[in-house]
Amino acid sequence: MNLTLKIWRQKDANDKGKMVDYKISDVSPDMSFLEMLDVLNNELIEKGDAPVSFDHDCREGICGSCSLYINGEAHGPDRLITTCQLHMRTFKDGETITIEPWRATAFPVVKDLVVDRSAFDRIQHAGGFISVNTSGNTIDANAIPVNKQDADDAFSAATCIGCGACVASCKNSSAMLFVGAKVSQFALLPQGKIEATDRVLNMVKQMDEEGFGNCTNTGACEVECPKGISLENIARMNREYLAASLKG
Amino acid sequence: MALDSKIPQGPIADKWTNYKNKIDLVNPANKRNIDVIVVGTGLAGGSAAATLAELGYNVKAFCFQDSPRRAHSIAAQGGINAAKNYQGDGDSTYRLFYDTVKGGDYRSREANVYRLAEVSTNIIDQCVAQGVPFAREYGGLLDNRSFGGVLVSRTFYAAGQTGQQLLLGAYSAMNRQIGRGKIKMYNRHEMLDVVKVDGKARGIITRNLINGEIERHSAHAVVLGTGGYGNVFFLSTNAMGSNVTAAWKAHKRGAYFANPCYTQIHPTCIPVSGDHQSKLTLMSESLRNDGRIWVPKKKEDVEAIRSKTLKPVQIAEEDRDYYLERRYPAFGNLVPRDVASRAAKERCDAGYGVNATGEAVYLDFASAIIRYGKEQATVKGLDTNDEALVKKLGQEVIKNKYGNLFQMYYKIVDEDPYNTPMMIYPAVHYTMGGVWVDYNLMTTVPGLYAIGEANFSDHGANRLGASALMQGLADGYFVLPYTIGDYLSDDIRTGPISTESKEFVEAEAEVRKNIDHLINNNGTHSVDYFHKRLGKIMWNKCGMARNAEDLKSAITEISELRAEFWKDVRVPGTANEFNEELAKAGRVADFLELGELFAKDALQREESAGGHFRDEYQTPEGEAMRRKEFQYVSAWEYKGEPKDAILHKEELAYENIEVKERSYK
Repeated sequence: MNLTLKIWRQKDANDKGKMVDYKISDVSPDMSFLEMLDVLNNELIEKGDAPVSFDHDCREGICGSCSLYINGEAHGPDRLITTCQLHMRTFKDGETITIEPWRATAFPVVKDLVVDRSAFDRIQHAGGFISVNTSGNTIDANAIPVNKQDADDAFSAATCIGCGACVASCKNSSAMLFVGAKVSQFALLPQGKIEATDRVLNMVKQMDEEGFGNCTNTGACEVECPKGISLENIARMNREYLAASLKG
Repeated sequence: MALDSKIPQGPIADKWTNYKNKIDLVNPANKRNIDVIVVGTGLAGGSAAATLAELGYNVKAFCFQDSPRRAHSIAAQGGINAAKNYQGDGDSTYRLFYDTVKGGDYRSREANVYRLAEVSTNIIDQCVAQGVPFAREYGGLLDNRSFGGVLVSRTFYAAGQTGQQLLLGAYSAMNRQIGRGKIKMYNRHEMLDVVKVDGKARGIITRNLINGEIERHSAHAVVLGTGGYGNVFFLSTNAMGSNVTAAWKAHKRGAYFANPCYTQIHPTCIPVSGDHQSKLTLMSESLRNDGRIWVPKKKEDVEAIRSKTLKPVQIAEEDRDYYLERRYPAFGNLVPRDVASRAAKERCDAGYGVNATGEAVYLDFASAIIRYGKEQATVKGLDTNDEALVKKLGQEVIKNKYGNLFQMYYKIVDEDPYNTPMMIYPAVHYTMGGVWVDYNLMTTVPGLYAIGEANFSDHGANRLGASALMQGLADGYFVLPYTIGDYLSDDIRTGPISTESKEFVEAEAEVRKNIDHLINNNGTHSVDYFHKRLGKIMWNKCGMARNAEDLKSAITEISELRAEFWKDVRVPGTANEFNEELAKAGRVADFLELGELFAKDALQREESAGGHFRDEYQTPEGEAMRRKEFQYVSAWEYKGEPKDAILHKEELAYENIEVKERSYK
């Protein structure tokens, strides 16, 4: 396949940035999208040009590093996958592909397609944990049975990979799906109930301070989420937040 | 220097308890005056950082990823072992210990392995308390499954994402301490050297990957939880960034490197599809609970499959060779990884590989789908003879167990494994070798510790499935926090370590010199060009089967490639910016040294054991032939060039387990 790539280039956080066109030929449909970019970068390096920077690591859809906005969609046109799992067979010969970074005030660009997602970490520093010290003497793991449905729902929420596609897809750059998933994982488990009030209040407060927008129930986040995190998690967070606020 | 493994005296079941009772402790007020650096934030580093901070130490944690939560432990799929015996199937601490030593082909240290088995149960309790959502039964209790090389169900899991859930648990414990200011987290920082002052590890030199700044960080002790070196093969299941640099720099500063040739080649990975490939993807060993591995019996069927005139589902049952069930009836498809990988290679070398390259075998779920489907139909009172219904019900069960893995496979290969068998082939996955450590997990450099995959200690020559997560968390949560305290008790009067000493200045200058060389080299080829060539040498000559002739030529070729790399590599950009190529160049430079030591170690070890298989040493049936005279750990001391490394031997004594033929038949 022969393709034209329109790629966002930005030298550093202070640079204005612009779209630059690249031609790439002999792309195999079996390549992953990032392998296609590897080929482009190799060509650029051997020509003496600067390669395109992008975040990536595990290349199997679980680390949450990769974060490309492809043809106007987070992680590209396919569903329930990350950018690294997107394969070139999804595209047609001769196609023009637009590649941009996540765009959100709370995710400033570091370079080219790399953004700073440390806001997600800070939200979790504010309450994304259960306060239990390591001792080896906590109670036996089977001492508290957990309803299977709750355990499965907590797991589904916990599969969030923190990639930020929800924020990138949202017209308000809201992080509610991410925070909702984090709050839900703990809210659904008996271990998490003790600190539930403080947790939701602190995490939401930090989320607002980071400059994420609000949720207006469009649902784009759920559609683009590579892990299929459900909107129910936002609803659950809102319930938790309301209950916590009333307890105050 | 003679190796002292510092194994405590006494019966094996009492060693750890007695040890803990006798070590020196640091009082809480003094802990506030002691700094510890933890490099790497995977299961080992993350759990260690969190626990040390809970204890009151000032922790500085470093990772090269943009968040500690992205360390490669996150990709572990299948599960974590623990001797809980929740299934009442005869499990015990001793049995987990025994399985691990046998699984490691009698090349691990008994005392360490026993301790690992002993603390395994605490890990599950701890993780559940943190809110890790393990899979549960309908009664609300924890579920288990089986992994290779054992006859009990002791593996705890969270679908095919156990590593992710455990890492998020450790990360949440870190978050709590970061929020309290007890951990200072340095994301996107790469460690480029260890600094020794008066013979003790007292700090590190790092590069900030965002702006290229070189920084000095001091502490009273340094802990490396920096993972394995599988990426020396270029293609592996490791993440793109996984590297040996931290461990290798430690080696160059005096830490012995143990058993570098012990590499785990995992039997069930998606086969290589072409030259563009950047990494390989694992399909969890848990799939072997339900998947059956086979190749066609007849060569003409193989030909027809390769030319796509025949589909695997069209091959009759009697024309299939379920070669693991045939060769190893006792363990069948659940033989350990080294055995399963070699058996796949044997069939493919004999010409029975089922894809165009001849390097793939089938992993088939059809009989499991029918078995589960009939079970479900019976439970629901439906017609067990309705084939379509049974298949549908069975597929739902398989989807619940392995859905994410099936989806991953489908996205990569573009074939639906619910309806056609998966094609799989072995790939580099894990390294049992690593930095040599004593019972305290301390390297041969005082104050420098190595934990998790970065050290060599617990898995011998082959690691059993679901034991990496166990070891990482055991080291970080339950072992290191004790052993490091014993060492740090001597440092309560030391006070802060200055970063202005000549040792820090010199180490920084050396790091800068290396970076300047790479940036100004202006060669003709990219870093990947050299990395791929190194990977080819490693895979062809130091891969699943090795022999003296190949290993000797690998040593020469790697050393020549290294010289070429330093002369001809091209690193674009500058040192003072986000420059991934520069980071990669430094990592590949270290792989080019490690690779040579790897081959040298494999050449020296004239036996076959676990993941190390020498053509010259095999039984008439093609099984690994272990040799008594090699019952030791090879610990290499750095002396300038890899070829000059000096071998030190730690003899392994087996007092609690009889060393015998490792049979899974």
